Amino acid sequence: MSGPIIRFESVTKRYGPVLAVDNVSLDVAEGEFFALLGPSGCGKTTLLRMLAGFEVPSEGRILIDGQDVSRTPPNRRPVNMVFQNYAVFPHMSVSDNVGYGLRMGGVGAAERARRVDEALALVKLDGLGARKPDQLSGGQRQRVALARALVKRPRVLLLDEPLSALDAKLRDAMRSELTALQDEVGITFVLVTHDQDEALAMAGRCAVMNRGMLQQVATPSDLYEFPNSRFVADFIGSVNLFEGRLVVDEPGRAIVACPELAAPVFLDHGVTGGTGTTLWLAIRPEKIVLSKRGDGPPPPLLDDGETPSGHNVAQGTIRAVSYLGSESVYEVVITEGRRVRALRSNLTRWDQEELRMNDPVWLRWHSCSPAVLLS
Amino acid sequence: MSAPGPLEYLRRWPLRLWLIAVAAFLYVPLIALIVFSFNDSKRTILWKGFTLGWYAKLFADTDLLAAFANSLAIAAISTLISTLLGTLTALLLWRFRFPLKAALEGALALPIVVPEICLGVAFLVFFTTVLPWPPELPWPLNLGAIAIAHVSFSFSFVALVVRARLASFDRALEDAARDLGAGEWAILRDILVPHMRPGLIAGALLAFTLSLDDFVITFFTSGPDTTTFPVKVYSMVRFSVTPEVNAASTLLIVVTVGLTALALRMQGTDLVKAQAAA
Amino acid sequence: MSQNWRAARGPFGVLATPPILWLALFFLVPLAIIWGYSFGENQSLTQIAVDGTFANYVRALNPLYLSILAKSLWFAGLTTVACLIVGFPVAVAITFAPARAKAWLLLLVMLPFWTNLLIRTYALMAVLRTEGYINLTLGALWNAVVRPFGAGAFVPLDLLHNNFAVVFGLVYVQLPFMVLPLYSALDRLDRSLIEASLDLGAGHLATFARVVVPLALPGIVSGVIVTFIPSLGAYLTPDLLGGTSSMMVANVIERQFKSANDWPFGAALSFLLLYLTFAAMGLQAVLARQKALA
Repeated sequence: MSGPIIRFESVTKRYGPVLAVDNVSLDVAEGEFFALLGPSGCGKTTLLRMLAGFEVPSEGRILIDGQDVSRTPPNRRPVNMVFQNYAVFPHMSVSDNVGYGLRMGGVGAAERARRVDEALALVKLDGLGARKPDQLSGGQRQRVALARALVKRPRVLLLDEPLSALDAKLRDAMRSELTALQDEVGITFVLVTHDQDEALAMAGRCAVMNRGMLQQVATPSDLYEFPNSRFVADFIGSVNLFEGRLVVDEPGRAIVACPELAAPVFLDHGVTGGTGTTLWLAIRPEKIVLSKRGDGPPPPLLDDGETPSGHNVAQGTIRAVSYLGSESVYEVVITEGRRVRALRSNLTRWDQEELRMNDPVWLRWHSCSPAVLLS
Repeated sequence: MSAPGPLEYLRRWPLRLWLIAVAAFLYVPLIALIVFSFNDSKRTILWKGFTLGWYAKLFADTDLLAAFANSLAIAAISTLISTLLGTLTALLLWRFRFPLKAALEGALALPIVVPEICLGVAFLVFFTTVLPWPPELPWPLNLGAIAIAHVSFSFSFVALVVRARLASFDRALEDAARDLGAGEWAILRDILVPHMRPGLIAGALLAFTLSLDDFVITFFTSGPDTTTFPVKVYSMVRFSVTPEVNAASTLLIVVTVGLTALALRMQGTDLVKAQAAA
Repeated sequence: MSQNWRAARGPFGVLATPPILWLALFFLVPLAIIWGYSFGENQSLTQIAVDGTFANYVRALNPLYLSILAKSLWFAGLTTVACLIVGFPVAVAITFAPARAKAWLLLLVMLPFWTNLLIRTYALMAVLRTEGYINLTLGALWNAVVRPFGAGAFVPLDLLHNNFAVVFGLVYVQLPFMVLPLYSALDRLDRSLIEASLDLGAGHLATFARVVVPLALPGIVSGVIVTFIPSLGAYLTPDLLGGTSSMMVANVIERQFKSANDWPFGAALSFLLLYLTFAAMGLQAVLARQKALA
């Protein structure tokens, strides 16, 4: 099967004067685990519902397997959805729920029973066919919804915030289960979520949306380490953003002057744009190395022979410590009054005692750590 | 405007057509009735010209005016007593647990459920055998029998409405008042009644319209000197159909709809839920 | 958290006494008297002896009156079914209308419900008469379309003072009673259940039959009861719109008390009507409990 399994072509959706989805063009390849990510109101759910057929695009086309389905009703698309609140029919048993779609498709009773059992085994609900939904836990009901959608062997499975109603532990467990399930079944999954941990952990590729527009479509690691805008950098994980001016621009190296940092920032690669360009540097908290500050010069960073001295360094005082067990998050106020967030794994059992409130510290980072953002 | 989504049923023409047809079915007779109350012709079908003559005739018809006065008086008395009784009932059921509470709630449902004809004949018999009501009493006391009958079937409705309103009362307010030293009476006056007010007004308006509109029960409890507006209009309809009846009906429609709209405005959604549940 | 009555006897007494006294004296007593009379017989023009006889009930069951009872049940049933068929799409339309339109549509359906029953029925008379709106319209159409082909004069349809008029009138009067509970039940339904059904391949009709109706059933039953019971005991509509052969139970009862002066018989009929009403409600309660246990 060549070509993408799903294609959005310049899709726009308007509700009166409100633009919910603004000219989105996107391809999803067959067999992908794809996530639509963004804050509430960004249009991701609208996009998903247009794919399912519950909303009709105001402009543009949606193609599934090369066919234009923009006007096809939802019961005739090769797509099935797992709803956010599961939408398990309360008046039918688990088996009847799972078999409902097959029944609508005209599958005979014997075949139906066989496939229902198969689907229940797939989601680890064997033997619970006779139960009614109100006798099941939330997690079990979600599996019923999954089984019900998968039993129809759709080309694409849509999941609308599937884990949001589960408690933290169950959520963790379901994340790996869903990825394993997708591997096993092999069909394309499209997931909508506002939880970026979820998207990054499960998806092979993510689309980040904001105010109806696509911001960036990339793999989780690319989104995290190579965001294309301040919005994406800030939305995914936490980040320290510094505005600056490009001072030295050469192929292979660049220097940026940031008003909030006393020392200039040295980058081990070239940057598009001539000297004088305004840009932003995004440095993730785990990339900032803290060390105790005394009267002497800052200690050198390992593995970073490139950075000339007096660059990629700042002085500060710890003003807040959040001990999270496996790691500690430090809020450091640097000399210019700005707060910087740094994260450190507690590698030994006494690590958390090393840096305390009000300790003076040096902050250092590698020349490859900052991501350069032009918007 | 995009094509209708799968659940936007109202945007599909078959349903729209149905809705329009039903609306026409419901309203055309009423609108025709109102329009023809202004028709300058005795025969009420063909339009001959605009006139207020029938309304003039209406206001000159002393019998009809007397009947209307009776209706108003009965409605006023009935509303007063019904609202009081209904409120007491609502407070009782809301606040207390007591033996046979379910039986009382069942008994209170009876006036709403029992067919009007049964109630009508029951009251006829009652006021003939047990409590004969002297017709020589001065007005409005001679209307007492009818008023009593009206109260009996409407205070359950008032109780329903007030109870719906009480359900949204935050008991913590009562506890706070008690904590600050308020006694039972003060709590009722200062805390409960203000909260209940929209329900009280809506219930009172409901009782008023129920009384004003009632036919069957009044038919069996009224006499030639104590006739009410609907009963008089009924006899007019039976004897002759003149546009005067249209004019009388139009007035009654305006009054009832106006009052009910007012009640709804006061109570918001509580009333709709109560009526739907009843 | 309601209080035990013993905890505050004073307020309890104040609240309980008036309503209970009134209910007993001016509601239960009249009904009890009627009940008593139903076992009595006329001694003279003004005297009634209550002697525990069942003669009145037996008389109520003789073919003449039984047929009227049966006819009342039949009319009420027809009315209910008609209201269900007409009202269900209306309830669906309102449920799925955009929020602003919803309030207005509900108002539209409720408004006739607020107007006086007598007036509504009277208004229908002008519509159904030999020279009423329906016949006028049909006559005009006939003269314009069919007459030119040499057909005879238009014969007006006999729409008033017969069984058709009574049922038509009952449907006209009861329709809002049906729509409101239906709407209430449909509105409470979780939309995503309908979407899930569509998503799984069911058509709209299948979705309604298999998902919407089973889940909205309590509301549907409620609407049926609220339409059936008043139709059963209707007096004005058959009186004004019906003919000599379209009498319903309420009309017969009225006759016993006003012209025929046979109060015991009328009382028996009243109570039969009451028992039928209770039976219908009991049926609803049983169905509701069955559903809850299922």
